[in-house]
Amino acid sequence: MRRRRLVPTLLIYAAVAALVISTLAPIFWLFIMSISSTEDLTTLPLRWLPSHADFSNYARLMSLASHSIGEEFLYALRNSLAVSLSATAIALLAGIPAAYSFSRFRGRMGLLYAVLGTYMLPPVAFILPLYMAFSALHLLNTIGALVIVYCTILLPFVTWLLKTNFDAVPIEIEQAARLDGAGLIGVIRHVTLPIAAAAMGTAALFAMLLAWDEFFYALLYTNDIRAKTLPVAIGDFAAGRAIDYSLISAVGVLASLPPVFIAFVLQKSLVVGLAHGGVKG
Amino acid sequence: MFPMLAIMVTVTGYPLLSTIRLSFTDASLVGNAPMSWVGLENYIYAFTDPDFRDAFFRSLYFAFVSVGVEVILGVLVALLLNQEFFGRPFVRALVVLPWALPTIVNAMMWRLIFNPEFGSWNALLTQLHLIDAYRSWLGDPATVMNMVILADVWKNYPLVTLIVLAALQIIPPELYQAAAIDGAGAWRQFWKITFPEILGPLSVALMLRMIDAFKVFDIIYVMTRGGPADATKTVSFYVYQESFSYLRAGSGAAYAVLVGLVCGILIGLYLMILRRQEHS
Repeated sequence: MRRRRLVPTLLIYAAVAALVISTLAPIFWLFIMSISSTEDLTTLPLRWLPSHADFSNYARLMSLASHSIGEEFLYALRNSLAVSLSATAIALLAGIPAAYSFSRFRGRMGLLYAVLGTYMLPPVAFILPLYMAFSALHLLNTIGALVIVYCTILLPFVTWLLKTNFDAVPIEIEQAARLDGAGLIGVIRHVTLPIAAAAMGTAALFAMLLAWDEFFYALLYTNDIRAKTLPVAIGDFAAGRAIDYSLISAVGVLASLPPVFIAFVLQKSLVVGLAHGGVKG
Repeated sequence: MFPMLAIMVTVTGYPLLSTIRLSFTDASLVGNAPMSWVGLENYIYAFTDPDFRDAFFRSLYFAFVSVGVEVILGVLVALLLNQEFFGRPFVRALVVLPWALPTIVNAMMWRLIFNPEFGSWNALLTQLHLIDAYRSWLGDPATVMNMVILADVWKNYPLVTLIVLAALQIIPPELYQAAAIDGAGAWRQFWKITFPEILGPLSVALMLRMIDAFKVFDIIYVMTRGGPADATKTVSFYVYQESFSYLRAGSGAAYAVLVGLVCGILIGLYLMILRRQEHS
């Protein structure tokens, strides 16, 4: 009996070990590259650990000297933060009332599906007219243009996620509050929204993840430090001729910290967001 | 509801219709040359363009292979994480990590790993004596697409795992006990109990990944720029080049409409699956 259970247990642990190694190895390597000198990374055969840990790349990125890579990085960081936060705020402001009305008036589901369907269409279906419009309005290479475009990604997602959560708030609770003399707005503010607060937090964090990750529109509609976001800056660094592997790796590590942090905060509610289409790839 | 609809109509509805309108013209992206209607010319050209056909099949290959592997791997890992073992909460949290990395960072990371001269992939395989000499994994049209798929799978299979794991955790254990009493082995239990229970969430995950994979752009742009010799030029990349490198807005729009139609079919399927799940 014992021997029959030993083999499956060993298999499970072997599979877990393989899973942990294959997950961590590339990420560890990215971090090791970021603290290695170029000489360490270009010796053959490759030495896996650097001769000494060198954090100077991170220091270089914290510089605002003009035309330095640090300046490019810090501006991109600022732009990414500004775009993600503003687009998320607008998406919540417009999405909460929309989600509420979709949840309470069932006859409008067709409209919701239409909105969802449109937003899942590939960006290539929208890029040309938007480019022409932004160009005519002198909005190319501005943070504002990206905020507008990102709203179209975040808004349907936020609306849909919140609608499912409003559905779970029993209408009887609202009716009871109405009978106690509260107005519709009062009911929504003091009864429904507090119950759905956790879901709104989830929606906001997910929205920020989506905006932080977006690359295609940012690539097309921005071209210098005034509006370039982190993904575009990283794309530029990675394709540059004089490639400084350790420096790009340091940028990658820093750009990953906020989304990794958010993902761990979201851990419990991650699945709900994923099933609602909270994916970018 | 009104502000939301207003935003969506202005920034998605209107551009979508404009793209369709553009696709019947010979518009250029820059300059003031007057555009004229050319009817179906762009579409006729698109259908007879062998390069576009190649790009289309490349996108299909990318979507089917990467999503196929992601689904199989995702389910296997979910089954593993549903077993009892020491350190399970830690490993469950760890699986989220690749998914949380920004797409562009993931692409950049694998580009460095696959570097032909100094990459760790070459170093690892050589030191394990699996290959004799360093290879240019992203420089060889024969291997490049599969290497991009590897990078994509590494990042995206956790999506399937997380969704399936959530479904596994709510299967009542009595079902398995009853099946075990009836003498059903692990293989039979999987197909008779587990699979039907996870099928719904799994198909949602599959369709989401399929739609995303068919319109893949970001990872291609950073890892290969569509090269070498167009070996990774997918449809989104094709539209991007036609519109923003060659500045042919008219025909770029026609290609975009065709890509949108294919995605539209996938999206329709996804919404159908989703509605059926909401009703059950």
